[in-house]
Amino acid sequence: MGNQRGIKYGIGILVIIVFTYVLSNYHVALNFILRRWDITIESIFNSDRAFLFIVLLTVIMVLLNEIRNARKDSDSIFLRTIPGLKAVEEAVGRSTEMGRPILYVPGIMDMNEVETVAGVIILGHVAQMTAQYETGLDVPVARSIVMQAARESCKEAYLSQGRPEMFNEDMVHYITDDQFAYAAGVNGIMQRDKPAACMYMGKFYAESLLFAETGNGIGAIQIAGTASQAQIPFFVTACDYTLMGEEYFAASAYLSRKPELIGGVTTQDTVKLMLIGLIIVGLVMRALFDLDIVSFNLLDIIG
Amino acid sequence: MEQLSFSTILGAWIAAFLTLGIFSYLYRDNPFYKIAEHVFVGVSAAYWAATFYWTQIYPNLFGRLFALDSPFANMYVIDKGHEYNGLYFFPLLLGIMMLLSVFKQVNWMARWGIAYTVGIAAGLKAFGYLSSNVISQVKSTAVELFSGELAFFAMSGPSIFNNIVIFIGTISALMYFYFSREQSGAYGRFTRLGVYFLMISFGASFGFAVMGRISLLIGRFNDLILFSDPSYNYGTFWMLGLIIAALGYWSFQNPERTEG
Repeated sequence: MGNQRGIKYGIGILVIIVFTYVLSNYHVALNFILRRWDITIESIFNSDRAFLFIVLLTVIMVLLNEIRNARKDSDSIFLRTIPGLKAVEEAVGRSTEMGRPILYVPGIMDMNEVETVAGVIILGHVAQMTAQYETGLDVPVARSIVMQAARESCKEAYLSQGRPEMFNEDMVHYITDDQFAYAAGVNGIMQRDKPAACMYMGKFYAESLLFAETGNGIGAIQIAGTASQAQIPFFVTACDYTLMGEEYFAASAYLSRKPELIGGVTTQDTVKLMLIGLIIVGLVMRALFDLDIVSFNLLDIIG
Repeated sequence: MEQLSFSTILGAWIAAFLTLGIFSYLYRDNPFYKIAEHVFVGVSAAYWAATFYWTQIYPNLFGRLFALDSPFANMYVIDKGHEYNGLYFFPLLLGIMMLLSVFKQVNWMARWGIAYTVGIAAGLKAFGYLSSNVISQVKSTAVELFSGELAFFAMSGPSIFNNIVIFIGTISALMYFYFSREQSGAYGRFTRLGVYFLMISFGASFGFAVMGRISLLIGRFNDLILFSDPSYNYGTFWMLGLIIAALGYWSFQNPERTEG
């Protein structure tokens, strides 16, 4: 099965390379065909970025194939357990037992950041759990578009659980766009409402430790998820569980088990293996170039 | 000694009060922290709204829709040095659709703006991430191992030993984020090595960030020291005294309750 997939991807990449090579080197012939539409190949294809074009098409090819495989049989796809994700349900259960709300912070950036999008998707799953367990949910946001998206996500979650009456628009509320004013506002909410669980899922900057430290101070169970490299250390230090980088992006697939999202996770894995292969080939080719065995360095072609 | 204006001194006193009010949180949540917090949140929300309008929407959107050469020039003109561009009606429309979310019958329209934002960002960033993160990482990891110019070991700067560490560290950390296989046996030990590399980099990052925070703290203390000067009528000392006295009285009236 794995070999078959490898052969299929190998053939696919070969076809993409040949296609890119033709686009890069046969301008005259292609321009002759495109002449009737009044366009030239140079105007739509930049040969200097041919390698990136190959990588992009390869990722798209792998993604489409992995989603198709996941749609056929998503139950057979193995994904290792991530402790932080198991803790999400545990945190909702704890909040229910204590009769206290859950505080969910979707970061401080707008919807143009992929981490914020992932945070809003995970919020939907958390909202489904709070709807099931009849637990309070409080989502302070720092951006107006995020507020709208988070409201939609929560509303849909409560509807899907058959509890529309429990949804209240004010559970997602705007504080301010300013980073530290937002941090002060959220810290105030933590101190006064004493949530049993605090979840920080999104893009964070310097306010990350302010949140995590306050949450720690009130004794809440804390789960963080971010790809903000500089903030992960603070969350690791002060939170009970931290979803680092890709663990965070994989979280929505784990929680929903939707074939499209599981396909996305297996795509990431496949692309990672391809990149490791590319690194090793690049390393060997560089060594051969340094030892004057070959006359070209593969890394120069990469761009 | 330079005589400062009343408004400068008043501003300094307010700044000292708000800074000390925020610092009072180190003791516990109290009325001074609440005042500082609510002033900070309220002022910043209003400030951001005004700033967005006057620095983004007014010059960049209305400045293009009501430019000197626009068809509406005989009705209204905003001259911000832009040419008329009718395409800018599209973001205006999306903005209005976002505002319509307050009406229940048409609040579904707000989704279009969200979808547009997310879609455009995904398309734009896919290429940027591939170029800057993926390809750059591949190039940086395919390091020199057989170059005669590099020493085998150096305490700082490039060396063959450092290059081996970079290569093994990158591959093992990358494999930690491989989800389709259980992390056990030899593979598990290799990914564990990746976690160690991650933790070392996090530790370095933590130390670096803490240094930055210390410089922020020094900045606030510099201001407090400046405002304690006679030219500011000893503003910091007065505010500190006021807050400590009031906090002491408040604590006496509201003893902290412990749970359980």
